[in-house]
Amino acid sequence: MSQNFRLNTGGLINRDKPIEFKFNGKKYIGYEGDTLASALLANGIHLIGRSFKYHRPRGFFGAGVDEPNAKMQVEINGCSEPNINATEIELVNGLSASSQNCWPSVNFDIGAINNFLNRFFPAGFYYKTFMWPKSFWYRVYEPFIRKAAGLGVASLEKDKERYEHKYEYCDLLVTGSGPAGLASAYAAAKNGAKVILAEDKPRYGGTLLTDDVTIDNLSGKDWSEKIVSELKEMPNVIVKNRSQVFGYYDHNMMVMFERTGDHLEKKPKYTPRQRLWYIRAKEVLLSTGSIERPIVFGNNDTPGVFLSAAAKEYMKVYGVLVGKKPIIFTNNDSGYETAIEFKKNGVNPIVLDTREDQNSELINEAKDLDIKIKFSYAVIVAHGYKKVKSATIGKLNKEKIDFENTEQIDCDSICVSGFWTPTVHLASQSGNKLKFNDSIDAFVPDKSKQNEHSLGAANGTFTLQDTLKNSFNTGSEVSKNITKKDEKIQIPNTNERIYSAHDKFWCSPLPKGKHYKRFVDFQNDVAVSDIEVALREGYRSIEHVKRYTTLGMATDQGRTSNLNGLQLVANVEKKIVPQVGHTTFRPPFTPVTIGTIVGREIGKEYMPTRKTPMHHWHEKNNAVWVDAGAWKRPRYYKRGNENLFEASKREAKNVRDHVGVCDVTTLGKIDIKGPDAAEFLNRVYTNAWLKLPVGKARYGVMLREDGIVMDDGTTTRISENRYHMTTTTAQAANVLSHLEYYLQIVWPELNVNVVSTTEQWAGAAIAGPKSRDLLAKLFPKIDVSNEALPFMGYVEGDLFGVKARIFRISFSGELAYEINVESDFGLFMWEKIIEIGEEFNVQPYGTEALSTLRIEMGHVAGPELDGRTIPYDVSLEGLVSKKKDFIGKRSLAKEAFNKADRQKIVGLVPLDRKSSIPEGSHLVENKNAKLPNPKLGHVSSSCWSVENNNPFSLAILKDGKNMIGKKLFAVSPLKNTSIEVEVMSSHYVDHEGKRVRS
Amino acid sequence: MLNIKCPYCGDRSQKEFAYGGDGTITRPKLNQEISDEEWDNFVYLRKSPRGKHIELWHHIAGCRQWFKVERDTTTHEIFRTFKPEE
Ligand SMILES: [Zn+2]
Repeated sequence: MSQNFRLNTGGLINRDKPIEFKFNGKKYIGYEGDTLASALLANGIHLIGRSFKYHRPRGFFGAGVDEPNAKMQVEINGCSEPNINATEIELVNGLSASSQNCWPSVNFDIGAINNFLNRFFPAGFYYKTFMWPKSFWYRVYEPFIRKAAGLGVASLEKDKERYEHKYEYCDLLVTGSGPAGLASAYAAAKNGAKVILAEDKPRYGGTLLTDDVTIDNLSGKDWSEKIVSELKEMPNVIVKNRSQVFGYYDHNMMVMFERTGDHLEKKPKYTPRQRLWYIRAKEVLLSTGSIERPIVFGNNDTPGVFLSAAAKEYMKVYGVLVGKKPIIFTNNDSGYETAIEFKKNGVNPIVLDTREDQNSELINEAKDLDIKIKFSYAVIVAHGYKKVKSATIGKLNKEKIDFENTEQIDCDSICVSGFWTPTVHLASQSGNKLKFNDSIDAFVPDKSKQNEHSLGAANGTFTLQDTLKNSFNTGSEVSKNITKKDEKIQIPNTNERIYSAHDKFWCSPLPKGKHYKRFVDFQNDVAVSDIEVALREGYRSIEHVKRYTTLGMATDQGRTSNLNGLQLVANVEKKIVPQVGHTTFRPPFTPVTIGTIVGREIGKEYMPTRKTPMHHWHEKNNAVWVDAGAWKRPRYYKRGNENLFEASKREAKNVRDHVGVCDVTTLGKIDIKGPDAAEFLNRVYTNAWLKLPVGKARYGVMLREDGIVMDDGTTTRISENRYHMTTTTAQAANVLSHLEYYLQIVWPELNVNVVSTTEQWAGAAIAGPKSRDLLAKLFPKIDVSNEALPFMGYVEGDLFGVKARIFRISFSGELAYEINVESDFGLFMWEKIIEIGEEFNVQPYGTEALSTLRIEMGHVAGPELDGRTIPYDVSLEGLVSKKKDFIGKRSLAKEAFNKADRQKIVGLVPLDRKSSIPEGSHLVENKNAKLPNPKLGHVSSSCWSVENNNPFSLAILKDGKNMIGKKLFAVSPLKNTSIEVEVMSSHYVDHEGKRVRS
Repeated sequence: MLNIKCPYCGDRSQKEFAYGGDGTITRPKLNQEISDEEWDNFVYLRKSPRGKHIELWHHIAGCRQWFKVERDTTTHEIFRTFKPEE
């Protein structure tokens, strides 16, 4: 079988370029310009999948985004993706597609037994059946349901494709390039507005490609090509095809999804597969058109049943017949356009019109062409399991609730038209409350909440003349207000056939005693009877009916089912549709790949990587990295076969014995300047700052207003009105925002400026008993003696021609200095320290050794300042001024903060002097107590004390002050350990702090 | 994503800003005698109005200025943005 349903001529496909593709393992040929759907139909393939719940055979129904059934697993260039709409994906060489929702195969599907048991599969079936017993859900029900009903398979391979994001700003975004979109975009562009015109399909023109109309004596297609080529020439216009605007968000933020790669046989390097556009538009013109409504009848989901406009599109755009013996089942004139197109292509259709005999331009044309028309007729039921073979049709009685007579006729396809539903999804997403328009039986946009207008069919305007007039005018008006230009545009003459009134008929009645399944929602497998059950069971709100029956959900978003569903609820409830209301339309309008949403932010690009100027030196010297926010910091420098434990012990020991150097560039640094800087610091920190002399540093603690410690660090008075503040690496950004808040909002009268200088300074800490000797060699001109540069002293110096700041501060508890130079000289400084330090046994040390050193000294850090501790808890009471006020001070008076048994930082050592205590362990009195075992505290930081050669931990312990000397258990249910520990002072080494002052 | 007009920089996307909470709260003066209840109200209690709300925003990825925004919490409509002293 090779393209038996392809017409010999016609269509917009390229017959010179055949394309080979696969479907369910079999090879087929289509043409360039085909969609996967049109190529399969050209080959006579209709059975493409199974339905979600009943596993009934399903075929194509639409020709674009309207398609509810044709979701396929598609593989292009080794990238496999589920749920691709076959009517939207363009055919490329090597494309391989397969059916979903069927197991083991589309032709023999075990789940189809559901169809024969369908009286047991009513609405809410999943809710009712798989509820009990609860334990069965994961083990039995879910795996079975997934296997039998899954919607395709997500690839487990890493997605090798490239996806990109783009931001754009414009005056007008026009969504859809049918007549309304082209006219409005053109008018706005002529007024000089910055316009983006987005078309979802590869071809521009929308219905102009398929409707027999003329505009200024050009065919619709030629006119649209003329306008598009003019727009493309204009520098103020961006014209995009294959681009679906799928989301309408706050303040006219529109999100668009562009298919940039999949249609290309050879995608150039760096061309993304798909691109996500964030477009902020001053005005949005919604020219999204309309979607044909089905008429509901028995077995209307049988393969071979189509929307009538889709059948016409397959002929006019793709040169493909959906059948050679079609029934056109219509309640309006649209069906006749399809019938006439069939006839022109040598096929004899039969038209069943639910209306009584009447005349209109189209009907008369059909009559003149000798097309067989049966008025007051309807399809009752389609016959055939995997493909339509015949249909029972009947003459409607006067009330159209029963049939006067019925007959069975042969056919191979049924094309239905139940009139048109404006595509209002984006308008609804924008916050527009829709209103019901009686004359078209559908909802149309009402009052705008944002700057948006709906035009043409999307607004319920179904004639070309009115659409063009309104769209040119709106495009002009809206753009004129932005650009202040008013270019007059002649509205073109049009020639179109005027429809006679449509019939409100939407669902064929069931003859007495018949129980045909009549589907409302194909994608979610919701039939008329399902909705009736939901209503019988007491569901009233349309939102509840939706969730119970799944009507209008999932990727389809009710594009073809919404109004018929509402119509049915209205009928049963004896209401009218506007009283039933409609459900909320949600983004995305069509499915969007996760890859596109993520864009380039994957792997190491997930967030920016911050590297210090010394990064490459660390790398060359076998640094093993640890992430500190966005920073990369050396955790340790691996020598030989060392592991983390061995390396960090060596590095820490070397600091205690000789001298070590640590990259501290990542610490937050803030330059504070102004005559009121001292006063400001005095309010920000808990201790006193007014008397700090120039050339001195001080350690400070800052609180939040609720009394909790926010951050700690040293601040140095560089000159009279200038201070250099350091923060922890983690809190740098928060502290800056905090300072700015108080300066700008709370105390604007203070004359102070703050600015981050974190990236301006590179920092190296040299620590250990030999650090002064090393410093002296680095700065031979400076007196670095204890008298000249005492603890907390500051001096500026010259490091072999580079200006440097030297702070005598210590985190390790050893004699230590911190040297800062401008970032560009960071590596120079570091290499000098390593070079000159060699004679003192200098070794670089990473964050793990740094932690060890501070833990055994009892210095607090992030794990202790965890957003739950006040200064008293972590032995910082000495830094809390009794005299002055500061941020958060009033909170420290709270009763709970002053209870006698308040938590307190303590040290812990395991009784066996061997077992490392896992961080996060809970402290309990009795490890065997009945659960819940009362928790007394937790272990915050653990290390191997290099000074005492045994494990040591810091912990926050209830009534810690009075617990010193007690024995407790540190229990970690995660590590399954329970270690007996002795509580001691948190200062395990050098409690008097002699070394830092030595 | 909201479009917020920084009074210093002009229209920018929400991505550049950080939300700063209720903009009508005044911090008690330093050294002010204040009851536990009043202090707790200042630290913890915030209204969550439905409709118009004056709030603080911080242009963190821009000029780093704090400013005020009058916004409808249900529709996200922004009525005005202004400098803190206005
Ligand atoms: Zn700004």
